[in-house]
Amino acid sequence: MGQAVSINDNILLLTDDGPRLKGAVCNDCGTHVFPAASGCSKCTGSSMSEAVLGTEGALWAWTVQGFPPKAPPYLGETDPAKFQPYGVGYVTLEGELKVEARLTEADSKVLKSGMAMRLTTVPIAQDEDGNDIHTFAFEPV
Amino acid sequence: MTDVAIVGIGMHEFGRHEGVSGMEQGAIAVRRACSDAGVAWNDIEFAYGGSYAAGSPDTMVSMLGLTGLQFINVANGCATGGSALSSAYNAIKSGAYELGMAIGFDKHPRGAFSPSGPAGEGRDWYGGSGMALTTQFFGMKINHYMETHGITNRSLAKVAAKAFRNGSKNPMAWRRKPLSEDEILQAQMLSYPLTQYMFCNPGEGGVALVMCKADVAHKYSKNPIFLRASVVRSRRFGSFEVTAPSLAIEHNGGPTIDASKAAFELAGVGPADIDVAQLQDTESGAEVMHMAENGFCEHGEQEAMLANGDTEIDGRLPVNTDGGCLANGEPIGASGLRQVYENVLQLRGDAGERQVPNDPKVAYTHVYGAPGISGVTILTR
Ligand SMILES: [Zn+2]
Repeated sequence: MGQAVSINDNILLLTDDGPRLKGAVCNDCGTHVFPAASGCSKCTGSSMSEAVLGTEGALWAWTVQGFPPKAPPYLGETDPAKFQPYGVGYVTLEGELKVEARLTEADSKVLKSGMAMRLTTVPIAQDEDGNDIHTFAFEPV
Repeated sequence: MTDVAIVGIGMHEFGRHEGVSGMEQGAIAVRRACSDAGVAWNDIEFAYGGSYAAGSPDTMVSMLGLTGLQFINVANGCATGGSALSSAYNAIKSGAYELGMAIGFDKHPRGAFSPSGPAGEGRDWYGGSGMALTTQFFGMKINHYMETHGITNRSLAKVAAKAFRNGSKNPMAWRRKPLSEDEILQAQMLSYPLTQYMFCNPGEGGVALVMCKADVAHKYSKNPIFLRASVVRSRRFGSFEVTAPSLAIEHNGGPTIDASKAAFELAGVGPADIDVAQLQDTESGAEVMHMAENGFCEHGEQEAMLANGDTEIDGRLPVNTDGGCLANGEPIGASGLRQVYENVLQLRGDAGERQVPNDPKVAYTHVYGAPGISGVTILTR
């Protein structure tokens, strides 16, 4: 088994305490953004600091991806015979923002707005060195 | 006070046209519109043209004739047609020109629009992770709406069935075979709760409109249609839009609400005055949500309205009488202008088999495009 590596260190850190999402916060009005940006879409200010986002929240909106996305850009399984539908949703991180993420649950009978979710990662592909590329996802608590 | 009129309309059939370029389809639409208005291409003083994937619109002058007119290209995603119209409307309203055109055409490759996400350093994590698909946004938005306002999957099927039924009465439409609600519900689930037949497809086609100052309209047409409002708005902080890796906690209703309010104000009419409406239906849930966002009902009332048949051609508020994007496909540059073309036909009483009864007098169009742009027009006879 390869080592787990982040899909992109600018947005996802794999720490000893678990995964963390990296965004930014506006120094003028406190608005959070993800991914990090050089300006604030609320107050139009341009003084931003790096911010590590919360790891737990409530599911706000969701769907289930029922067909393989095009590759590129998709890094995961695109063979229709092997493709497994996956959930996608927005999770409310209280006091920060709603973040869009894959969901580990893909059953439309189980998924429900308001359910408690926690940040995790899922392996999506291997890189040229045989490492497992992980992207962020939320799982029901 | 009305000061801009539509005096000529032209369309190239929507669908798939092997061997005919998108721009040729645009040129055919232009010639048909000029002929409808009884004018020649060299009478046209200016044009605004939009195309997403079929070439730079201003180069079509080499097909139509090098007359030296002012030709400006516009691009605003799915709202491109609405933006071309709004620009032409303002050019005439300003007094700078008397006679001009809004033109839109397109030709897209098969399959869904390619995903694209935020630019940044390193690996494309957004598309790479399997997000960034426009279909997901539409699934999430209507799913959230259904959970909040009690809309059922059956209502989504009713919208799609109506679109194909209306499309079957439209010789310009792409998909002209009616489908039952059950066929629509049982089709492949692309992005829950939306099945294959609830989504429109990228397509081909062209539309052109000849517009002039209202006080000279009768020179060109015995039944001119007056453009009472043409408004485009972009999103504000807190709105829920396509391909957004994050959203604000606070919620804003989105650009459609803003554009709709501004258009009603400008035209001096209200939602109750509208006799026929064309609303953006990228997928059937979008039509449901846009009924409320444009002020035609309260959130949640759509369930009963659809069950009553209120939005059918003979209903209280006919919606997407030409089959909408679902039956016509979505050639991005032309789509918003198709809606206006249909409303002009309806107001002239020339919509044939799909004519709205009782002599409609006021008509409404709404186009919505990524990444959060809405265009609204209000037309009267
Ligand atoms: Zn700010």
